[in-house]
Order: sequence, then structure tokens, then C-alpha cells
Amino acid sequence: MQALNELVANAASEIDAAGDLASLDKVRVHYLGKKGELTERLKGVSQLPKNERPAAGQDINRAKQDVQQGLNARRDALESEALEKKLAEDAIDVSLPGRGQDIGGRHPVSRAMLRIEKIFQNAGFGIRMGPEIEDDFHNFTALNIPENHPARAMHDTFYFPGGKLLRTHTSPVQIRSIVKEGVPIRIIAPGRVYRCDSDQTHTPMFHQVEGLVIDKNVSFANLKAVLHQFVENFFERKAELRFRPSYFPFTEPSAEVDVRWEEGKWLEILGCGMVHPNVLESAGVDPEVYTGYAFGIGVERLAMLRYGVTDLRTFFENDLRFLEQFR
Amino acid sequence: MKIVESWLREWVNPELDTEALGHQLTMLGHEVDGISIEGADLDGVVVAEVIEFGKHPDADRLSVCKVSNGEGDLIDIVCGAGNLFTGMKTPLATPGVTLPNGLTLRKSRIRGVVSNGMLCSAVELGLGEESDGIISLPADAPVGAALADYLHLPDAVIDLDLTPNRGDCFSLLGIARDVAALTGAELKNASVESVPATIDDQLEVEVLDAAGCPVFAGRVIRGIDPGARSPLWMVERLRRSGLREIHPVVDISNYVMLELGQPLHSYDLGLVKGAIKPRIGKQGETLTLLDGTDVKVKEGTLVISDDSGVIGLAGIMGGLSTSVNDQTIDVFFEAAFWPPDFMAGRARLYGLHTDASMRFERGVDPTGQGRAVERATELLLEICGGAAGPLVVTEARDHIPKLTSIRLRRDRITRLLGVEIADEIVADILVRLGLAVANADDGWDIIPPLHRFDIAIEADLIEEVARIHGYDSIPETTGVAETPLATATELRIDLETVATTLVARDYQEVVTYSFIDADADECITGKESLLKLSNPISSEMSVMRASLWPGMLEAAARNAARQQERIRLFEMGKSFHGSLEDHDERVRIAGLASGPVFAEQWGSKAQPVDFFDIKSDVAALLDLANGDHEVTFEALVHPALQPGQSANILRNGEAIGVIGKLHPRVAKHFALKRNVFVFELDAEKTLASQPTEAELVSRFPSIRRDISFFVDEKVSSAELIKAAASAAPDLIRSVRIFDVYTGQGVEVGLKSVAIGLILQETSRTLTDDDADAAQAAAVLKLQQEFAAELRD
Repeated sequence: MQALNELVANAASEIDAAGDLASLDKVRVHYLGKKGELTERLKGVSQLPKNERPAAGQDINRAKQDVQQGLNARRDALESEALEKKLAEDAIDVSLPGRGQDIGGRHPVSRAMLRIEKIFQNAGFGIRMGPEIEDDFHNFTALNIPENHPARAMHDTFYFPGGKLLRTHTSPVQIRSIVKEGVPIRIIAPGRVYRCDSDQTHTPMFHQVEGLVIDKNVSFANLKAVLHQFVENFFERKAELRFRPSYFPFTEPSAEVDVRWEEGKWLEILGCGMVHPNVLESAGVDPEVYTGYAFGIGVERLAMLRYGVTDLRTFFENDLRFLEQFR
Repeated sequence: MKIVESWLREWVNPELDTEALGHQLTMLGHEVDGISIEGADLDGVVVAEVIEFGKHPDADRLSVCKVSNGEGDLIDIVCGAGNLFTGMKTPLATPGVTLPNGLTLRKSRIRGVVSNGMLCSAVELGLGEESDGIISLPADAPVGAALADYLHLPDAVIDLDLTPNRGDCFSLLGIARDVAALTGAELKNASVESVPATIDDQLEVEVLDAAGCPVFAGRVIRGIDPGARSPLWMVERLRRSGLREIHPVVDISNYVMLELGQPLHSYDLGLVKGAIKPRIGKQGETLTLLDGTDVKVKEGTLVISDDSGVIGLAGIMGGLSTSVNDQTIDVFFEAAFWPPDFMAGRARLYGLHTDASMRFERGVDPTGQGRAVERATELLLEICGGAAGPLVVTEARDHIPKLTSIRLRRDRITRLLGVEIADEIVADILVRLGLAVANADDGWDIIPPLHRFDIAIEADLIEEVARIHGYDSIPETTGVAETPLATATELRIDLETVATTLVARDYQEVVTYSFIDADADECITGKESLLKLSNPISSEMSVMRASLWPGMLEAAARNAARQQERIRLFEMGKSFHGSLEDHDERVRIAGLASGPVFAEQWGSKAQPVDFFDIKSDVAALLDLANGDHEVTFEALVHPALQPGQSANILRNGEAIGVIGKLHPRVAKHFALKRNVFVFELDAEKTLASQPTEAELVSRFPSIRRDISFFVDEKVSSAELIKAAASAAPDLIRSVRIFDVYTGQGVEVGLKSVAIGLILQETSRTLTDDDADAAQAAAVLKLQQEFAAELRD
């Protein structure tokens, strides 16, 4: 009879030689099956003298375990080989583009507007809207621009028959909001405004964000701080600002604000000032008790600077090749 | 306004270079739009004298001259100018000199005659846009002198963007006053010498409306030289200031206006009939203006009249009938104070905007009329000779603005500006600005001079203090405010969430104009807009949009024309409805899709977008809103949409929007060749929401039962679902349609529909008996309501 260790060695080499799961199973049956060699040997133990039986049984069982382990290991190896082969067959070109819907985008003016709104909202400013078809009173008279005031000529107003007009600025929302909610007030009013002017640097419609703060003890120093902080937060960098005296009928003192841009150039970005006492009075607020500041931000101007857009008119051409840059 | 630096420096000469001066002007509130340098690059151009000249032997239009540059031999020059004369002083450029236009001169032969240089015109020297021959310099111009030195060049022209409140600054005097106040430099030339009368002649002035003409200064000057021309220095200053040489008398008027800010008008005295009568114009009167245009006098505007009728629009433009001309020998100067109240907006009524009207509208110094006439007289006698009559000033004191005192409170300055400014500084600033300052308990009593129309209240004074003290000197102090918490509402979906959703579904936002073409609007709404602009930029932008579609369709068409085949746009903005008396502005959310559903991609066939693709986009938007609401889509007839492929969108029975395929006729109107699907939602109605009220989720399994049946094809899916669900509302959690089929095997007029009932209870597991009963109930309902016929 073959020695047990020889048998185990034979089994091991047959296991190694098995190239697939079927031949591996044949090996299993040959050694461990019902009539397998090791099974038979175990049966033969009972024929042995009683005192030899335990040792022989132990030896055969160990041999069976060894063979079983070899079979298991080989099966695992063969299985994972098969899986890997299958997976290799399933390999795809991962560089191919994905399928399904792409993503659209926001208009750059909306993006700028949204950021302006966020910056002010975070500081506790409420957002107010007003009508775009306005009356003369709210657009001009209440803002200290009486009829025939030279400032009206600067506004290039679109009129409707009967005297209604398209608001030339978002400032009427100041009046409407004060009258409606009273003071103190802390708001911005974003929206479309219209001027009857169309050339390389003017479009007949554009966007403004009006700001208004009225409270006891609101000062020009506060206005300077809020606008400086706004500009730095909008551009996400340190910015040098220049407040320069200017004129708006609804503020006194008034200023235009320039930001120092590339090559040291000053670029005008907004107008502002302390709310004119006549405006406060026309909205029913006592200028002796309350002071306030107001500002008007040109959204397109900021969007142009922020995104490097050089021609204002491209905002309203809605060319997808232009817009798709703003994701 | 263009300010000539060398001229300004005769009025005030701070120790600042051009750029620094410009910066100071800007920081004073007189924004510098630009600074241009006149007469740069004139190196080598000298004053020469034409000694003799004759015709070129071979060219009729050329002359051969001998000119002197003051040293050595005479120089031979061939010249094409027509205005040569012996003894003429004119600029000469010799070989080697480079002119401002880049031309470097060389010795040359012109048609066989040697030319050693060139006599120059204004254009060639960059000193004008047009020229009539070569420059004729004054007879006393020193031969051989550098032209730049002689003409005080180079000189800067500072273009100021003046604000309309500072009428006083439309003059050298006004600008100089501000510069002096800021820099402390001395203001010069402020007073004008009076010119004594040498004749007694006067023109009678009869002011008929004193309120409209509180001050009228006039003066007769007789016997001027009609052949006189404005001197070069004056022409040059006018030119640099943007004014043309016209006639010495007119040039002098303009010159004085630029200096003092007081517009003058000059008449040919011989052409005036009777007395000069300023008055309010009457309807029906007419006049031919200086520029030859005929105008009808507008009621309520000021005119000048004489016995012949209206001879000028006061403060706007004079009339042709009395204007000075080549034959004028006797002149009448007028300088009036036409109050801003009578002038504001009046020039516009005539479609005019003149240097005079601009100044009068903003306010000229009511004390400056006599001074302006004196200055003009002085210049006229100097340039054209003549004899001056007395200066006659007709005044109506009651109508002249009065000096008024304004209280300026110390604490108010601090409160408004947020900075304390020392008393001495405040007082010093105001005094330097020419305001009368007197101490008061809590500050000062201030009397502004009459030329400052912009100072009426305390805030105006505070602005003056801030302006001169410097806005830069005001600190930045973060304001402190009570900021109560604000809500983060769930009662309304944020418009931004809508935008984000559309962007995620591959829509690109556009911003289109609020005013659109009337036809385009009508094409969409089916009715004429009542919101028409009186003065549109163009007919394509003349009515307020009642829908966002026209702008988007136009944008789509433009992009389609640029080879974009897949176009998906959205816009959020206002639409305008109703009439001017009672209009309504509603924010809408509109979308448009055309071309393939997906961008071209490998492995799947391109599918053109259809109704249900955009319906799912709309459904996604509607699903953003929480709460109890039922959305239905009902077939709709709409002027812009294709019948049978358009629907009204209702929420709880209320119309909130429309969706559909663009009608081919409308597509054609917008030159769109592909199918276009659009939707438009009313934002307010669409975005209304409520916080979720959570329901118990069942732990028991659900059962599905399917029913297939034939039904009239006109019955909508929504109706079928609603009926089936209502059959056993306690058990049927939802109903889905999973197949709809017409065609082969289905009788014409019917459709085959398959629905699935999802059955579930929250308290127990359903039995087959429960499910059978629910299914039977649903079948019965479908049979009863729609005569549905069960399929095998």
C-alpha cells in the first residue's frame, strides 16, 4: 500500500494540475469522495488492531484535512481567476463621456445680482421689489427731482401716453418701502431699470441694486464702511475705493465711488449719498430725528469687471456660446 | 465742459501739475473725463515771414515763395495754400522736422522747383479739425520764434463732466473759485474794470415780464470795424474749448461766457426795430433762429421782441433777423438773468440744447450781467474798435433771488458725516468758498452767494464742508443696527431654487428685454397690448411684454442661426398686463426647449424633445412646492400653441401656467424651423408652498393589481386615474398608467390603457380578498364612468 504521505503528495500535485473547477472536482472525488482513496483508508482503520486504530485514524484525518485545504485554496484561486477573466471582458473605455442631461447655467447678470443680494442679506438687509412701470411722483418728484429739473434730462426716460414711465432707477422703491414699512429701515431693492439710450456703453434696459438704510444716527462714515466692505466681498479681494463728490437730487451729500482697477485706473462702480431731507419728508420721515444713506449699484458694471466682459451689449444678446461660460 | 489749462491758470494757479490739478478737480466733484494735450510735438516749427511769392511755372495752384525764418538766407518753399500774402506770418517746418501727423519733412522738388520745407495749416499741426489755408499768425508774431512758445503750447484741455447742480462752474471763474477754495491759491481776475462810455447812445429796453427777466444789462457800441477778425489767441482758446470762430462779436460773447459763465447775446443794432422787449411768448408767434430754422414760439417760454415781433428765444438762441453779420457796424450786447424757473426744460421743448440754455437752466449769477457786458465791451473795443455807450442795467429787485441765511449746526455735521470737524476748519472752508459766515449758539449762520443755486439747506452746507475737507478724510465706521431675526419661509419656494432646478435640467438662463415688438407680443397673446411706449428706442422694442416667450423665441432663433441645434432656455422676470390706468406686473418663469432631448451622445439615438419631456421639467418645478395641492394639465386652445399639444396647468383648479408646442405659424413668425416646446408659469402661484405634514409610512407590504381596458380615446389619463383612485380611497395608495396604445388591434376611436393599482393599508397586511374587492370596485367605476371595456 502506498504510504499516506505519498498519497497526500500525489493529491497535492493533482490539485495543482487541475486547470478548472470540473477537473478539480474529479480530484476531490478521487480522494475524498464516497469511494475516494482516503475515505477507503479511513474505513480500513477498523480492520487494524485496536491499539493502532487511534493513531492511524488521526493520521488519515490529518491527510484528509490537508487535501481538503489544498482543494479549497485551489478552488478559490480558480474562482477568482474566472471572475477576473470575466471582469476583464467587461472592461469599458472610462474616458468615454457620460450620458444623460448636461447642466445649464445662470446668466452672468443674475449671478452678480444674486451675490450682491447675498452679501447684503447676510448683513441683515431685507429685499424689496417695486413696479417697473412707475409714476412720475415715485420716480422723480418724491426723489427731489421736480418737473423741469435738469437732472430729468440726464435720465432719458421712457414714457407711456398719459405720463406713466418706465422707472429710470430703483430709487422709487426707497419711497414705496419707507411709506409702507416706516423707519428704521434697512433694505436693498434689485431690479430692472430703463433709459432711452442705446450705444456701445448703454443698453436701454439694465439692472440696479438700490440700497437704503435709515435710522437714528446713520452717517456718511457708515456708508463708506458698508460700501467698502461690499466691494471687497464682491470681488473677494482687498480693494481701494475713492469716494468723490457728485450730485444726485435725492442725496446730500452725494458721492460717486470709484474702485482702483488694473494699471491703477479708477473705475466708477456706483453712486451713493446721505438721503436728502426732502426725500425723507416726502416719505413722511422727520429728518431731524432720522438720517439715512442710499446707494445704487450698477449690476452690469460689476458683472463686467468680475467676469472680464468687455462689451455691455453681450449680456443681452443671449448667445449660448457666451452664456455657457457661466456655469 | 472743456477747460483750457493755461487759461484757467490765469484765474488760479495752484502749485500742481496738470495731472494733480485734474485729480483735485475730480475730488472737488468736477469729474475729469479726460485730459488731452494740444500742440504737442511742434519741435522745430517756427514763425516765418513770407517775403515774396509768385506763381509756380508749371502748376496753377502752387506758389513759389521766399520766406524768412529770421536767420541767414531766405528759404524757397513751394506752397499750395490760397491765402498767401506778402508779409504774412505763418508756421514753417524745414527739412528734418517731424510734424504731429508723423510726416518728416525732406528737401524736395515739386514739379521741378526746389522746396526746402513747408508752410503749415492748423490741421497739419494738429491744431484743428479743419483749416482754410495755412495759419496766418498776427503781424507782430516774432519771426524765428518757436511756434509752440509763441502759442503757449503744449497746453492741456481738461474735459470736465460737471454736475447739473453747479451751474456756476460752467465757467473758468466758477472752476477757479472752487480750486482756490480747495488749494488756498489766490483767485485772480475776479473783478472786471468798467469801460467808460464815450457816446450817449442807448437802446431802449422795456421789460414786460419782470419775473422772467429780473436783470437785463445792455450796451450799445457803435462804429466797429466790420473787417476785423478775432485774434489768434482768442480763436485758439475758443477752439481748445470746443467752439468755432464765427464773427469777432460772437466770438467775444462766447469768450466772455466761458470766462464768467454769463451767456451774452449780440444784436446788429441797425436791424433792431424799436425797443427791446423781453416777455413771455405767445402761442402763434414764430421766429427764424440764428441757425436758419423756423420755430413756433411755445407758450410760457421767454422771448425777446421788438417792434417787428419776436427776435429771439430768450436764453436759448437769438433770431436771424437781428444777428450780427459781415456788415455790422453798430452792436448791442445783451446779458440777462433768465431765472432757472423760467428756463428749466424750455430749450428741450424746442428740441434745442445750447451753451446758453444749459447755463440759464442751472442758474447764472444774478449779479454778473453788468460785469459780463463790461468785459465784452473791453474786448470788443480792443479787437474791433468802436465807441461804447453807457452800460444800462434794468433790474426788478423783487424778482432777483435774495440772500438768505442758513443755520449750520455743529452737531449736525458730526451726525451726518460721522466725523467731528474742528470749528475753525468748518468756518475756514465756508469762508474760502465765498460764503458769509457768522457764529451762532450751536454753529454758524451762513449766507451763500447768489451764484450758488445749489445751497439752500443745512445739508447742502454740510456737503460743502465735506467736499472741501475731503471725502477721503471721513473715516469708515461700520454702522450698528438692530437686526431682529428674519424668517426662512416654507410658505414660498425661493425663485433661486426654481432656477437651480432648471439649471440642473440643462436649461440656460437668458435675460431678454422687457419691451418687445408689438406684433411679436400680439402673436403670443392674441390681443393688442395696451402698454405701448410713447418714445421707444425702435419699433422692435415698443410694447411691454405680456409673456416672456417672444424674447426667448428671438434668442432661440438667433442661436439657431448660429448653428445651435439644441436650445434650452429659461428666464425669470416680469410680464406686464392690463392697461396703463390699472396695470399688473407679474413675475413669470418661462422655459423653451428645441432640438434633441440630450446633447449628442454616444450609444443612444438622438430623440427630439417632445411635450412630455418639458412636462417632466415643469412637473419637477411644481413638485418643489410642498403641501396639499393637486396639479392638473387640461387641454387648452392658445393663440401661440399648437392645438392638441398644449395645456393649461392648474393647481387646485387655479390656472398657474401653460405648456405646449409652439404653433407652427408662431414658429414661422420667429423664423424658427424646428419644433419648439415652451412653458410659462406664474411665479407667485407656482411657488406657494406649505410645510410638509408627514404621514405614517406603512410597515405592511403593498399589493399591485393591474387592469387593462379599452376606452374612448378622448378620455384623459388624468380622469381615468382620478376615477380609479376614488373607487377605494382607503386602500388604493396610488394609480399609475403604464401603457397607452392606439392602432392595430384597437378599434378606431378607442385606446387601450393599462393601469396599476398600488394597494396598501397602514394597520394590517392586505388579503387577496381585499385586493380583489378594490380591483373590482375600480373596474366598476371605470365601466360606469367611461364605458371602459375590460381586456382579457
